[in-house]
Amino acid sequence: MAAVTALSEAPGAESAGRPRGMQARRRRRLNLFRYVVFTVFGLFFLVPLLAMARFSLEGATLGTWSLTAWKQIASYQGTGVPPLISSIEITLELAVITCAVMLVLLVPTMIWVRLRVRWLARTMEFLCLLPLTIPAIALVVGLGQIYNKLQHFSLSALMLFWVYVILALPYAYQALSAGLSAIDVETLSEAARSLGASWFTVMMRVIAPNMRQAILNALLLTASLVLGEFTIAFLLLYNNLQVELYSISRNTPNAGVLFSTSLAALLLTFVLLLILSYAGRRRRGRG
Amino acid sequence: MTSSPVTRTSADTARAAVEVRLEGLSRHYGPVVALDHLDLTLQPGELIALLGPSGCGKTTTLRLLAGLEDADTGRITVGGRDLTRVSAAKRDMGMVFQAYSLFPHMTVRQNVAFGLRLRKVSAAQRDKRAIEMLDLVGLSTQADRYPHQLSGGQQQRVALARALAIEPQVLLLDEPLSALDAKVRAQLRDEIRRIQLDVGITTLFVTHDQEEALAIADRVGVMREGRLEQLAPPTEVYSRPATSFVAEFVGLSNRLAGEVRGGEVIVRGCRLPLVERDTPDGQVVALVRPEAVSLASNAPESEAGSGPLTGTVIAITFLGATSRVTVDLGDTRVMAQLPTSEASALAAGSRVVLAIRPDPVLVSAGADPAAAVAGEEA
Repeated sequence: MAAVTALSEAPGAESAGRPRGMQARRRRRLNLFRYVVFTVFGLFFLVPLLAMARFSLEGATLGTWSLTAWKQIASYQGTGVPPLISSIEITLELAVITCAVMLVLLVPTMIWVRLRVRWLARTMEFLCLLPLTIPAIALVVGLGQIYNKLQHFSLSALMLFWVYVILALPYAYQALSAGLSAIDVETLSEAARSLGASWFTVMMRVIAPNMRQAILNALLLTASLVLGEFTIAFLLLYNNLQVELYSISRNTPNAGVLFSTSLAALLLTFVLLLILSYAGRRRRGRG
Repeated sequence: MTSSPVTRTSADTARAAVEVRLEGLSRHYGPVVALDHLDLTLQPGELIALLGPSGCGKTTTLRLLAGLEDADTGRITVGGRDLTRVSAAKRDMGMVFQAYSLFPHMTVRQNVAFGLRLRKVSAAQRDKRAIEMLDLVGLSTQADRYPHQLSGGQQQRVALARALAIEPQVLLLDEPLSALDAKVRAQLRDEIRRIQLDVGITTLFVTHDQEEALAIADRVGVMREGRLEQLAPPTEVYSRPATSFVAEFVGLSNRLAGEVRGGEVIVRGCRLPLVERDTPDGQVVALVRPEAVSLASNAPESEAGSGPLTGTVIAITFLGATSRVTVDLGDTRVMAQLPTSEASALAAGSRVVLAIRPDPVLVSAGADPAAAVAGEEA
């Protein structure tokens, strides 16, 4: 009865209270949905990783644990293949070179096109996204001709960076393009020009620093691509990390080393991602 | 085109003010003529406001002067030096933009010192000058903040400090207040004027806000379709507009049908002097300012026996110290701007008699008076 009286006395409070209650329920449902989605997707990614970790830590006999596979990463030598460490080195060097070339090639070009030759923007976008539409096998057939002319089999696997730059172009382009769109490039460059800045200064000291997050994203995507690339290296007869792991699995099956090395490569990518995320958060917090 | 003497509160100028001369400047964008042989001279230390509707060429003028665009024809000289083909980076002009243009990755201090750094000024001097400039705009306490930590008004103040830090020959202001709210806009407008007079720098100010232009400038240039319609001190532009476009654009004008006869225009029985005395006789539309119209409330209650200037109040708009009263005269409507104390004695529906002060009025021959009030918040 008391409730009935209260309702009849304060209809406003009742109508105001109901939406609040509904909102709270909706929020709870939404949160629950988020947790469920997060958990399902988390498990989807985490279970294979845990399985890899489990295999890599397997001891000589079932049910025992050992770090041997992890220790072997630096010294493992499969039958008929170069030492594992050399392919790791080559892959890391390739990642660094590809990132550097991408940075030097794409960042100034994109800023320049945006500032001075906007009519070229569409063409550039088309060219940069083109590798996405070409299957790796088709790319290899085309590139094979060029690499054969270069007698690539006598050259270092580092020569792969040319192909990797092309492969990473679409991802790096999209990341940088998003960064460029997020800032008022025209006004910033005009402000800098009116203060006496040359075009080089405008690009390097005004626009590029404001694209830091986008540049880091582009670098991460490029590095990830290089660390995980198999098809092109394999078909062009180069030996990078993924090709080496494949060879080990084919010739001298050693699940421990395979999984420890693969997991190490994945962890390296995660570390890069964490560094990137931390750098971005610090930047946002400060700037 | 007359020039007015430029008053200054301080002669403490870092650099002697220079004359800026734009001669026969033209700029086309495809078939569109943005600027049509514009001639404009800014006296040393003068602030000229370019006013006009969108697309009239005012921003193009400023961008050509800044070197951010190239003129198709014409010549730009600053302090006697031909800058027509000189790049923006070498023109030595400070510019404040409509959009917030501070470099987001730099602190306020670094932003202000940026131009000095490019000029290889030592770090200590840069810092000293940056703080001086920030003092000038009242923001020295915010020196170590980042642009996103400042309000819009503060960001534009910093942009002004940055533009002045390099001791430019000319200051260019491209609608710097348009993104701000009304109160901040009025404050910053006065501040810009104070600083401009303090520094004594030749300044070109572009705006579409007539109030802003009239309040801040030594001379106002009203532009239309790439040409200057009138360049004169604010009071002259307002009270003696050179063309009907200027009269309509600058402030409100009542458009009343009248007849020119013997050097006067007769509007609803009132004889008013003409701005252009040689206007030929005939039917015209007279442009009468709302403040030239006064109201008396002793009109007869009925239509019968009422004169051509008797009407009914249909709306009263409170504007602060003044109020705008709209009166229906039957065949047209007239706006009167009165002190609020007078307007408060009136009520919607009350009958009033209008009187028109015999100020010189501008007429447009054969124009359509259908739009009774022109230039509404243009």
